[in-house]
Amino acid sequence: MIPIRIQCRSISKGTGEGIALVSHDPISFLGNVDPETGIIVDPDHELYGKCIRDTVLIFPSGKGSTVGSYVLYQLKKNGFAPAGMINLESEPIVAVGAIISDIPLVDRPDIDIYETIKDGDFLKVNGIEGYIEITDKI
Amino acid sequence: MHLTKEEEKIMQGEYGPTLQKAMEILVALGDIYGADELIPIKSAQIAGVSYKTIGDAGLEWISSLEGKVRVPSILNPAGMDLEKWSEMGISQNFARKQNEIIKIYENLGIRSECTCTPYYLKGFQLNMGDHVAWSESSAVSYANSVIGARTNREGGPSALSAALIGKTGNYGFHLDENRVPAVSVRVESNLKGSDYGALGYVAGKMISNRVPLFFLSSRPEPDELKALGAAMAASGSVALYHVDGVTPEISHMQFEMPDEIITIEKEQIQGVYESTSELKSVCDIIALGCPHCSPAELEEIADLLDGRKLKKELWICTSREIAEKYSHIVDAIEESGAKVVCDTCMVVSPASENYECMAVNSGKAFNYVPGMCRVKARYASIEECIEEAGDSN
Repeated sequence: MIPIRIQCRSISKGTGEGIALVSHDPISFLGNVDPETGIIVDPDHELYGKCIRDTVLIFPSGKGSTVGSYVLYQLKKNGFAPAGMINLESEPIVAVGAIISDIPLVDRPDIDIYETIKDGDFLKVNGIEGYIEITDKI
Repeated sequence: MHLTKEEEKIMQGEYGPTLQKAMEILVALGDIYGADELIPIKSAQIAGVSYKTIGDAGLEWISSLEGKVRVPSILNPAGMDLEKWSEMGISQNFARKQNEIIKIYENLGIRSECTCTPYYLKGFQLNMGDHVAWSESSAVSYANSVIGARTNREGGPSALSAALIGKTGNYGFHLDENRVPAVSVRVESNLKGSDYGALGYVAGKMISNRVPLFFLSSRPEPDELKALGAAMAASGSVALYHVDGVTPEISHMQFEMPDEIITIEKEQIQGVYESTSELKSVCDIIALGCPHCSPAELEEIADLLDGRKLKKELWICTSREIAEKYSHIVDAIEESGAKVVCDTCMVVSPASENYECMAVNSGKAFNYVPGMCRVKARYASIEECIEEAGDSN
Protein backbone atom coordinates (compact mmCIF):
# COMPACT_ATOMS: atom_id res chain seq x y z
CA MET A 1 0.00 0.00 0.00
CA ILE A 2 0.97 3.63 -0.40
CA PRO A 3 1.94 4.90 3.05
CA ILE A 4 -0.59 7.27 4.65
CA ARG A 5 1.20 10.17 6.31
CA ILE A 6 -0.36 11.96 9.29
CA GLN A 7 1.17 15.23 10.48
CA CYS A 8 1.80 15.55 14.23
CA ARG A 9 3.81 17.65 16.66
CA SER A 10 7.24 16.38 17.62
CA ILE A 11 7.77 15.85 21.35
CA SER A 12 10.62 13.31 21.64
CA LYS A 13 13.13 12.91 18.83
CA GLY A 14 14.14 9.74 16.96
CA THR A 15 12.30 7.32 14.72
CA GLY A 16 10.71 3.96 15.38
CA GLU A 17 8.37 1.47 13.79
CA GLY A 18 6.13 -1.32 14.93
CA ILE A 19 2.64 -2.73 15.18
CA ALA A 20 -0.05 -0.38 16.50
CA LEU A 21 -1.47 -1.01 19.96
CA VAL A 22 -4.42 1.31 20.53
CA SER A 23 -5.71 2.45 23.92
CA HIS A 24 -8.60 4.84 24.52
CA ASP A 25 -7.67 4.94 28.21
CA PRO A 26 -4.85 7.19 29.45
CA ILE A 27 -1.83 5.33 30.84
CA SER A 28 -0.16 5.75 34.21
CA PHE A 29 3.21 4.09 33.65
CA LEU A 30 3.66 3.82 37.42
CA GLY A 31 1.09 1.21 38.37
CA ASN A 32 -0.46 0.32 34.99
CA VAL A 33 2.65 -1.24 33.44
CA ASP A 34 5.05 -3.86 34.79
CA PRO A 35 8.58 -2.55 34.04
CA GLU A 36 10.00 -6.10 34.10
CA THR A 37 7.71 -7.46 31.37
CA GLY A 38 6.09 -4.53 29.56
CA ILE A 39 2.66 -6.02 30.31
CA ILE A 40 -0.31 -3.85 31.33
CA VAL A 41 -1.18 -5.17 34.78
CA ASP A 42 -4.13 -2.98 35.81
CA PRO A 43 -7.28 -5.14 35.44
CA ASP A 44 -9.40 -2.03 34.83
CA HIS A 45 -7.27 -0.89 31.89
CA GLU A 46 -8.41 -1.41 28.31
CA LEU A 47 -5.04 -2.99 27.45
CA TYR A 48 -5.00 -5.35 30.48
CA GLY A 49 -2.77 -8.35 29.80
CA LYS A 50 -1.26 -6.90 26.59
CA CYS A 51 2.48 -6.32 26.15
CA ILE A 52 3.64 -2.91 24.91
CA ARG A 53 7.13 -4.12 23.90
CA ASP A 54 8.19 -2.94 20.42
CA THR A 55 4.68 -1.66 19.61
CA VAL A 56 3.70 1.81 18.49
CA LEU A 57 1.59 2.65 21.50
CA ILE A 58 -1.36 4.99 20.93
CA PHE A 59 -3.05 6.55 23.97
CA PRO A 60 -4.73 9.88 24.66
CA SER A 61 -2.27 11.07 27.31
CA GLY A 62 -0.32 10.06 30.38
CA LYS A 63 -1.61 10.38 33.92
CA GLY A 64 -0.66 9.58 37.50
CA SER A 65 2.66 9.84 39.32
CA THR A 66 5.64 11.65 37.83
CA VAL A 67 7.67 8.53 38.71
CA GLY A 68 6.09 7.17 35.50
CA SER A 69 8.86 8.96 33.58
CA TYR A 70 11.45 6.72 35.25
CA VAL A 71 9.32 3.63 34.60
CA LEU A 72 9.56 4.36 30.86
CA TYR A 73 13.34 4.59 31.27
CA GLN A 74 13.37 1.26 33.11
CA LEU A 75 11.21 -0.36 30.38
CA LYS A 76 13.73 0.82 27.80
CA LYS A 77 16.72 -0.49 29.80
CA ASN A 78 14.96 -3.83 30.27
CA GLY A 79 14.14 -4.10 26.57
CA PHE A 80 10.36 -3.85 27.00
CA ALA A 81 9.71 -0.29 25.82
CA PRO A 82 7.44 0.59 22.94
CA ALA A 83 9.17 1.44 19.62
CA GLY A 84 7.28 4.71 19.47
CA MET A 85 4.32 6.50 21.07
CA ILE A 86 1.48 8.69 19.81
CA ASN A 87 -0.64 10.86 22.11
CA LEU A 88 -3.60 13.06 21.40
CA GLU A 89 -2.08 15.56 23.84
CA SER A 90 1.21 14.82 25.59
CA GLU A 91 1.71 15.82 29.22
CA PRO A 92 5.01 16.13 31.12
CA ILE A 93 5.21 12.60 32.61
CA VAL A 94 5.18 10.78 29.27
CA ALA A 95 7.03 13.58 27.41
CA VAL A 96 9.92 13.58 29.90
CA GLY A 97 9.91 9.77 30.11
CA ALA A 98 10.11 9.47 26.32
CA ILE A 99 12.95 11.99 26.04
CA ILE A 100 15.15 10.46 28.74
CA SER A 101 14.52 6.98 27.28
CA ASP A 102 15.04 7.84 23.60
CA ILE A 103 11.54 6.73 22.64
CA PRO A 104 10.10 8.74 19.71
CA LEU A 105 6.90 10.54 20.74
CA VAL A 106 4.52 12.73 18.73
CA ASP A 107 1.18 14.27 19.65
CA ARG A 108 -1.69 16.30 18.15
CA PRO A 109 -2.22 14.15 15.02
CA ASP A 110 -4.09 16.22 12.45
CA ILE A 111 -6.77 13.57 11.80
CA ASP A 112 -8.78 11.27 14.08
CA ILE A 113 -6.30 8.44 14.59
CA TYR A 114 -8.82 6.30 16.45
CA GLU A 115 -10.82 6.22 13.18
CA THR A 116 -7.82 5.64 10.94
CA ILE A 117 -5.55 3.31 12.92
CA LYS A 118 -6.50 -0.13 14.27
CA ASP A 119 -4.61 -2.64 16.40
CA GLY A 120 -2.15 -4.52 14.19
CA ASP A 121 -1.58 -1.79 11.56
CA PHE A 122 2.11 -1.22 10.88
CA LEU A 123 3.27 2.30 11.74
CA LYS A 124 6.37 4.47 11.51
CA VAL A 125 6.81 7.29 14.03
CA ASN A 126 9.08 10.17 13.07
CA GLY A 127 9.74 12.28 16.15
CA ILE A 128 12.30 14.44 14.38
CA GLU A 129 10.01 15.90 11.75
CA GLY A 130 6.78 15.20 13.60
CA TYR A 131 4.66 12.74 11.61
CA ILE A 132 3.47 9.15 11.56
CA GLU A 133 3.01 6.85 8.59
CA ILE A 134 0.69 3.89 8.22
CA THR A 135 2.70 1.55 6.00
CA ASP A 136 0.52 -1.56 6.25
CA LYS A 137 -3.15 -2.05 7.16
CA ILE A 138 -4.32 -5.25 8.75
CA MET B 1 9.60 28.56 21.23
CA HIS B 2 12.42 30.95 20.39
CA LEU B 3 15.89 29.65 21.25
CA THR B 4 19.08 31.70 21.32
CA LYS B 5 22.06 30.55 19.22
CA GLU B 6 23.70 29.16 22.35
CA GLU B 7 20.56 27.26 23.32
CA GLU B 8 20.36 25.85 19.76
CA LYS B 9 23.92 24.59 20.09
CA ILE B 10 23.07 22.82 23.35
CA MET B 11 20.02 21.30 21.63
CA GLN B 12 22.22 20.02 18.78
CA GLY B 13 24.46 18.24 21.28
CA GLU B 14 27.54 20.45 20.99
CA TYR B 15 27.94 20.43 24.78
CA GLY B 16 27.37 16.71 25.27
CA PRO B 17 24.42 14.38 25.74
CA THR B 18 23.42 15.40 29.28
CA LEU B 19 22.85 19.05 28.40
CA GLN B 20 21.25 18.03 25.11
CA LYS B 21 18.67 15.88 26.93
CA ALA B 22 18.14 18.62 29.50
CA MET B 23 17.47 21.14 26.73
CA GLU B 24 15.15 18.71 24.92
CA ILE B 25 13.12 18.33 28.11
CA LEU B 26 12.84 22.10 28.66
CA VAL B 27 11.88 22.68 25.02
CA ALA B 28 9.31 19.86 24.97
CA LEU B 29 7.65 21.19 28.13
CA GLY B 30 7.85 24.73 26.77
CA ASP B 31 6.10 23.58 23.59
CA ILE B 32 3.42 21.68 25.51
CA TYR B 33 2.62 24.72 27.66
CA GLY B 34 3.15 27.40 25.02
CA ALA B 35 6.33 29.11 26.32
CA ASP B 36 7.82 31.82 24.07
CA GLU B 37 11.38 31.50 25.44
CA LEU B 38 13.58 30.23 28.25
CA ILE B 39 14.16 32.53 31.24
CA PRO B 40 17.00 32.47 33.80
CA ILE B 41 16.26 31.00 37.24
CA LYS B 42 17.73 31.88 40.62
CA SER B 43 17.68 28.36 42.08
CA ALA B 44 16.36 24.85 41.63
CA GLN B 45 14.88 22.35 44.08
CA ILE B 46 14.92 18.81 42.78
CA ALA B 47 12.44 16.03 43.57
CA GLY B 48 13.12 12.38 42.89
CA VAL B 49 15.41 11.77 45.86
CA SER B 50 13.84 9.08 48.04
CA TYR B 51 14.80 5.60 46.88
CA LYS B 52 11.26 4.64 47.94
CA THR B 53 9.78 6.86 45.22
CA ILE B 54 12.28 6.73 42.32
CA GLY B 55 13.48 3.13 42.76
CA ASP B 56 16.14 1.52 40.60
CA ALA B 57 14.66 3.13 37.48
CA GLY B 58 15.31 6.67 38.71
CA LEU B 59 18.69 5.72 40.16
CA GLU B 60 19.74 4.35 36.79
CA TRP B 61 18.69 7.50 34.95
CA ILE B 62 20.41 10.01 37.24
CA SER B 63 23.60 7.93 37.19
CA SER B 64 23.74 8.39 33.40
CA LEU B 65 24.09 12.20 33.76
CA GLU B 66 27.30 14.22 33.63
CA GLY B 67 28.38 17.79 34.33
CA LYS B 68 27.45 20.37 36.94
CA VAL B 69 24.37 22.44 37.71
CA ARG B 70 24.55 26.14 36.81
CA VAL B 71 22.45 27.60 39.64
CA PRO B 72 22.24 26.85 43.38
CA SER B 73 20.36 23.57 43.61
CA ILE B 74 19.05 21.56 46.51
CA LEU B 75 17.19 18.29 47.06
CA ASN B 76 13.76 17.21 48.21
CA PRO B 77 13.53 14.91 51.28
CA ALA B 78 15.21 11.51 51.04
CA GLY B 79 13.82 8.23 52.37
CA MET B 80 15.81 8.34 55.61
CA ASP B 81 17.82 10.47 58.01
CA LEU B 82 21.21 10.32 56.29
CA GLU B 83 22.98 9.93 59.64
CA LYS B 84 20.51 8.22 61.99
CA TRP B 85 18.96 5.81 59.47
CA SER B 86 19.55 2.65 61.45
CA GLU B 87 17.77 4.15 64.49
CA MET B 88 14.77 4.68 62.22
CA GLY B 89 14.58 0.99 61.33
CA ILE B 90 15.83 1.44 57.74
CA SER B 91 17.34 -1.64 56.07
CA GLN B 92 20.99 -1.71 55.01
CA ASN B 93 20.04 -2.31 51.39
CA PHE B 94 17.75 0.73 51.34
CA ALA B 95 20.42 2.88 53.02
CA ARG B 96 23.04 1.81 50.47
CA LYS B 97 20.78 2.72 47.53
CA GLN B 98 19.71 5.99 49.17
CA ASN B 99 23.33 7.01 49.78
CA GLU B 100 24.15 6.17 46.18
CA ILE B 101 21.39 8.52 44.97
CA ILE B 102 22.65 11.35 47.21
CA LYS B 103 26.24 10.84 46.01
CA ILE B 104 25.16 11.07 42.35
CA TYR B 105 23.35 14.36 42.98
CA GLU B 106 26.37 15.70 44.90
CA ASN B 107 28.61 14.87 41.94
CA LEU B 108 26.34 17.00 39.76
CA GLY B 109 27.10 19.95 42.04
CA ILE B 110 23.81 19.81 43.92
CA ARG B 111 23.78 20.59 47.62
CA SER B 112 22.89 17.38 49.43
CA GLU B 113 20.58 19.03 51.96
CA CYS B 114 17.25 17.20 51.60
CA THR B 115 14.30 19.38 52.55
CA CYS B 116 10.82 20.47 51.53
CA THR B 117 11.46 23.93 53.08
CA PRO B 118 14.48 25.28 51.17
CA TYR B 119 13.17 28.82 51.68
CA TYR B 120 14.54 28.76 55.26
CA LEU B 121 18.07 28.02 54.11
CA LYS B 122 21.00 30.17 53.17
CA GLY B 123 21.29 30.60 49.42
CA PHE B 124 17.67 29.60 48.77
CA GLN B 125 15.77 32.49 50.31
CA LEU B 126 13.61 34.23 47.73
CA ASN B 127 12.24 37.66 47.02
CA MET B 128 9.03 38.69 45.34
CA GLY B 129 9.29 38.27 41.57
CA ASP B 130 12.23 35.84 41.57
CA HIS B 131 11.95 33.03 39.02
CA VAL B 132 12.92 29.54 40.22
CA ALA B 133 12.35 25.89 39.27
CA TRP B 134 11.23 24.07 42.38
CA SER B 135 9.60 20.65 42.62
CA GLU B 136 8.17 19.98 46.02
CA SER B 137 4.51 20.93 45.96
CA SER B 138 4.42 22.69 49.36
CA ALA B 139 7.65 24.59 48.63
CA VAL B 140 6.20 25.64 45.26
CA SER B 141 3.07 26.86 47.01
CA TYR B 142 5.08 28.76 49.67
CA ALA B 143 7.39 30.36 47.10
CA ASN B 144 4.52 31.45 44.87
CA SER B 145 2.02 32.46 47.53
CA VAL B 146 3.75 33.53 50.74
CA ILE B 147 6.84 35.05 49.08
CA GLY B 148 5.44 36.07 45.68
CA ALA B 149 8.27 34.37 43.76
CA ARG B 150 7.44 32.46 40.58
CA THR B 151 7.69 28.74 39.90
CA ASN B 152 5.75 25.97 38.26
CA ARG B 153 5.47 22.64 40.04
CA GLU B 154 8.40 20.89 38.40
CA GLY B 155 8.89 17.14 38.16
CA GLY B 156 12.26 15.65 39.16
CA PRO B 157 13.75 15.50 35.65
CA SER B 158 12.44 18.94 34.62
CA ALA B 159 13.84 20.64 37.75
CA LEU B 160 17.15 18.88 37.20
CA SER B 161 17.16 19.98 33.55
CA ALA B 162 16.47 23.55 34.61
CA ALA B 163 19.33 23.34 37.13
CA LEU B 164 21.77 22.05 34.51
CA ILE B 165 20.79 24.70 31.94
CA GLY B 166 20.12 27.47 34.49
CA LYS B 167 16.81 28.31 32.82
CA THR B 168 13.20 27.25 32.56
CA GLY B 169 10.38 27.74 30.06
CA ASN B 170 8.45 30.98 30.37
CA TYR B 171 4.97 29.55 30.94
CA GLY B 172 2.44 28.85 33.68
CA PHE B 173 3.08 30.65 36.96
CA HIS B 174 6.01 32.61 35.50
CA LEU B 175 3.42 34.73 33.64
CA ASP B 176 1.26 37.48 35.22
CA GLU B 177 -1.95 36.29 33.56
CA ASN B 178 -1.83 32.87 35.22
CA ARG B 179 -1.42 34.33 38.72
CA VAL B 180 -4.79 36.09 39.04
CA PRO B 181 -7.38 34.50 41.33
CA ALA B 182 -10.03 32.29 39.70
CA VAL B 183 -12.19 31.56 42.75
CA SER B 184 -12.91 33.30 46.07
CA VAL B 185 -12.96 31.34 49.32
CA ARG B 186 -14.63 32.83 52.40
CA VAL B 187 -13.99 31.54 55.90
CA GLU B 188 -15.87 33.35 58.66
CA SER B 189 -14.69 31.33 61.66
CA ASN B 190 -11.51 32.06 63.59
CA LEU B 191 -8.69 29.66 62.83
CA LYS B 192 -5.53 28.72 64.66
CA GLY B 193 -2.59 26.34 64.09
CA SER B 194 -3.64 23.04 62.54
CA ASP B 195 -7.04 24.52 61.58
CA TYR B 196 -5.20 25.94 58.58
CA GLY B 197 -4.05 22.48 57.49
CA ALA B 198 -7.62 21.22 57.89
CA LEU B 199 -8.92 24.18 55.87
CA GLY B 200 -6.36 23.45 53.14
CA TYR B 201 -7.35 19.79 53.11
CA VAL B 202 -11.03 20.72 52.59
CA ALA B 203 -10.38 23.60 50.18
CA GLY B 204 -7.90 21.71 47.97
CA LYS B 205 -10.55 19.12 47.08
CA MET B 206 -12.93 21.88 45.95
CA ILE B 207 -10.43 24.08 44.16
CA SER B 208 -8.41 21.41 42.29
CA ASN B 209 -5.70 23.29 40.31
CA ARG B 210 -7.20 26.79 40.28
CA VAL B 211 -5.83 29.93 41.99
CA PRO B 212 -7.96 30.80 45.05
CA LEU B 213 -8.25 34.14 46.83
CA PHE B 214 -9.01 33.64 50.53
CA PHE B 215 -10.94 36.06 52.70
CA LEU B 216 -10.18 35.03 56.28
CA SER B 217 -11.45 36.41 59.60
CA SER B 218 -8.20 35.59 61.37
CA ARG B 219 -4.75 36.66 60.26
CA PRO B 220 -2.47 33.66 59.58
CA GLU B 221 1.22 33.56 60.53
CA PRO B 222 3.76 32.33 57.94
CA ASP B 223 3.82 28.83 59.48
CA GLU B 224 0.04 28.67 59.26
CA LEU B 225 0.20 29.73 55.61
CA LYS B 226 2.77 27.00 55.06
CA ALA B 227 0.32 24.43 56.47
CA LEU B 228 -2.58 25.80 54.40
CA GLY B 229 -0.62 25.70 51.15
CA ALA B 230 0.91 22.27 51.77
CA ALA B 231 -2.52 20.74 52.41
CA MET B 232 -4.10 22.35 49.32
CA ALA B 233 -1.25 21.14 47.13
CA ALA B 234 -1.84 17.60 48.39
CA SER B 235 -5.64 17.23 48.45
CA GLY B 236 -5.88 19.36 45.30
CA SER B 237 -3.06 20.61 43.13
CA VAL B 238 -3.07 24.26 44.14
CA ALA B 239 0.36 25.79 43.38
CA LEU B 240 -0.54 29.42 44.12
CA TYR B 241 -3.08 31.05 46.43
CA HIS B 242 -3.67 34.54 47.73
CA VAL B 243 -4.98 35.72 51.09
CA ASP B 244 -6.63 39.13 51.08
CA GLY B 245 -4.62 41.60 53.15
CA VAL B 246 -1.91 39.02 53.94
CA THR B 247 0.04 37.57 50.98
CA PRO B 248 2.23 40.09 49.16
CA GLU B 249 1.18 39.90 45.53
CA ILE B 250 -2.56 40.45 45.73
CA SER B 251 -2.39 44.09 46.79
CA HIS B 252 -0.29 44.97 43.70
CA MET B 253 -2.37 42.99 41.25
CA GLN B 254 -4.90 44.21 38.69
CA PHE B 255 -7.72 41.68 38.52
CA GLU B 256 -11.47 41.20 38.42
CA MET B 257 -13.07 39.62 41.46
CA PRO B 258 -13.85 35.96 40.61
CA ASP B 259 -17.51 35.09 39.96
CA GLU B 260 -17.38 31.89 41.95
CA ILE B 261 -17.41 32.17 45.73
CA ILE B 262 -16.94 29.15 47.98
CA THR B 263 -17.80 29.45 51.67
CA ILE B 264 -16.16 27.03 54.07
CA GLU B 265 -17.90 26.61 57.41
CA LYS B 266 -16.39 25.85 60.80
CA GLU B 267 -18.14 22.43 60.75
CA GLN B 268 -16.28 21.40 57.59
CA ILE B 269 -12.92 22.22 59.19
CA GLN B 270 -13.96 20.51 62.43
CA GLY B 271 -15.00 17.50 60.35
CA VAL B 272 -11.39 16.79 59.41
CA TYR B 273 -10.50 16.26 63.07
CA GLU B 274 -13.69 14.33 63.81
CA SER B 275 -13.48 12.02 60.79
CA THR B 276 -10.61 10.11 62.40
CA SER B 277 -11.11 10.74 66.13
CA GLU B 278 -12.03 7.07 66.68
CA LEU B 279 -8.41 6.17 65.77
CA LYS B 280 -7.09 7.84 68.91
CA SER B 281 -6.61 4.57 70.80
CA VAL B 282 -4.75 2.77 67.99
CA CYS B 283 -2.16 5.46 67.15
CA ASP B 284 1.31 4.10 67.82
CA ILE B 285 3.32 7.00 66.40
CA ILE B 286 3.01 10.77 66.25
CA ALA B 287 4.81 12.65 63.49
CA LEU B 288 5.17 16.44 63.28
CA GLY B 289 7.03 18.57 60.75
CA CYS B 290 5.24 18.18 57.43
CA PRO B 291 6.43 20.41 55.82
CA HIS B 292 9.75 20.51 57.72
CA CYS B 293 9.62 22.53 60.94
CA SER B 294 10.64 26.16 61.05
CA PRO B 295 12.70 27.37 64.06
CA ALA B 296 9.49 28.78 65.56
CA GLU B 297 7.71 25.45 65.23
CA LEU B 298 10.63 23.60 66.85
CA GLU B 299 10.49 26.03 69.72
CA GLU B 300 6.75 25.52 70.17
CA ILE B 301 7.22 21.74 70.24
CA ALA B 302 10.06 22.03 72.77
CA ASP B 303 7.82 24.14 75.02
CA LEU B 304 4.92 21.70 74.76
CA LEU B 305 7.21 18.74 75.50
CA ASP B 306 8.81 20.39 78.50
CA GLY B 307 8.41 18.15 81.57
CA ARG B 308 6.73 15.30 79.67
CA LYS B 309 7.66 11.66 79.67
CA LEU B 310 7.11 10.06 76.29
CA LYS B 311 4.88 6.97 76.07
CA LYS B 312 4.68 6.73 72.27
CA GLU B 313 7.12 7.16 69.40
CA LEU B 314 7.30 10.85 68.38
CA TRP B 315 9.11 12.12 65.29
CA ILE B 316 9.77 15.75 64.50
CA CYS B 317 10.94 16.32 60.94
CA THR B 318 13.08 19.27 59.93
CA SER B 319 16.01 20.18 57.71
CA ARG B 320 19.55 19.42 58.84
CA GLU B 321 20.67 23.05 58.58
CA ILE B 322 17.89 24.24 60.89
CA ALA B 323 18.48 21.34 63.34
CA GLU B 324 22.18 22.19 63.52
CA LYS B 325 21.62 25.92 63.81
CA TYR B 326 19.09 25.47 66.63
CA SER B 327 20.78 22.48 68.29
CA HIS B 328 19.85 23.71 71.80
CA ILE B 329 16.13 23.40 70.89
CA VAL B 330 16.74 19.99 69.33
CA ASP B 331 18.51 18.85 72.49
CA ALA B 332 15.58 20.05 74.60
CA ILE B 333 13.13 18.14 72.38
CA GLU B 334 15.18 14.95 72.41
CA GLU B 335 15.45 15.04 76.18
CA SER B 336 11.83 13.88 76.29
CA GLY B 337 12.68 10.85 74.15
CA ALA B 338 11.29 12.32 70.92
CA LYS B 339 13.37 11.92 67.75
CA VAL B 340 14.29 14.93 65.65
CA VAL B 341 14.58 13.44 62.19
CA CYS B 342 16.42 15.29 59.40
CA ASP B 343 16.64 14.89 55.60
CA THR B 344 13.38 12.94 55.39
CA CYS B 345 9.75 12.82 56.52
CA MET B 346 6.92 10.50 57.50
CA VAL B 347 5.55 10.46 53.94
CA VAL B 348 8.66 9.51 51.94
CA SER B 349 10.42 7.24 54.45
CA PRO B 350 9.69 3.50 54.45
CA ALA B 351 10.24 3.61 58.23
CA SER B 352 6.61 4.80 58.59
CA GLU B 353 5.41 1.42 57.34
CA ASN B 354 6.47 -0.17 60.65
CA TYR B 355 3.51 1.47 62.40
CA GLU B 356 -0.23 0.97 62.39
CA CYS B 357 -1.62 4.44 62.87
CA MET B 358 0.02 7.85 62.79
CA ALA B 359 -1.26 11.04 64.45
CA VAL B 360 -0.39 14.13 62.40
CA ASN B 361 -1.08 17.87 62.58
CA SER B 362 -0.51 18.33 58.83
CA GLY B 363 -3.18 18.27 56.13
CA LYS B 364 -0.53 17.17 53.66
CA ALA B 365 0.64 14.19 55.75
CA PHE B 366 -3.00 13.36 56.51
CA ASN B 367 -3.66 13.20 52.78
CA TYR B 368 -0.64 11.09 51.79
CA VAL B 369 0.22 8.77 54.72
CA PRO B 370 -2.65 6.27 54.20
CA GLY B 371 -1.95 5.79 50.46
CA MET B 372 1.83 6.07 50.34
CA CYS B 373 2.70 4.29 53.60
CA ARG B 374 -0.38 2.05 54.07
CA VAL B 375 -0.64 3.47 57.58
CA LYS B 376 -3.85 4.91 59.05
CA ALA B 377 -3.70 8.63 59.80
CA ARG B 378 -5.42 10.67 62.47
CA TYR B 379 -5.71 14.45 62.27
CA ALA B 380 -5.13 16.39 65.48
CA SER B 381 -3.87 19.75 66.72
CA ILE B 382 -0.26 20.05 67.81
CA GLU B 383 -1.36 20.20 71.47
CA GLU B 384 -3.37 16.99 71.10
CA CYS B 385 -0.50 15.30 69.29
CA ILE B 386 1.91 16.08 72.10
CA GLU B 387 -0.69 15.10 74.70
CA GLU B 388 -1.00 11.74 72.97
CA ALA B 389 2.78 11.29 72.78
CA GLY B 390 3.52 11.73 76.45
CA ASP B 391 2.20 12.41 79.95
CA SER B 392 3.24 15.43 81.90
CA ASN B 393 5.09 14.69 85.09
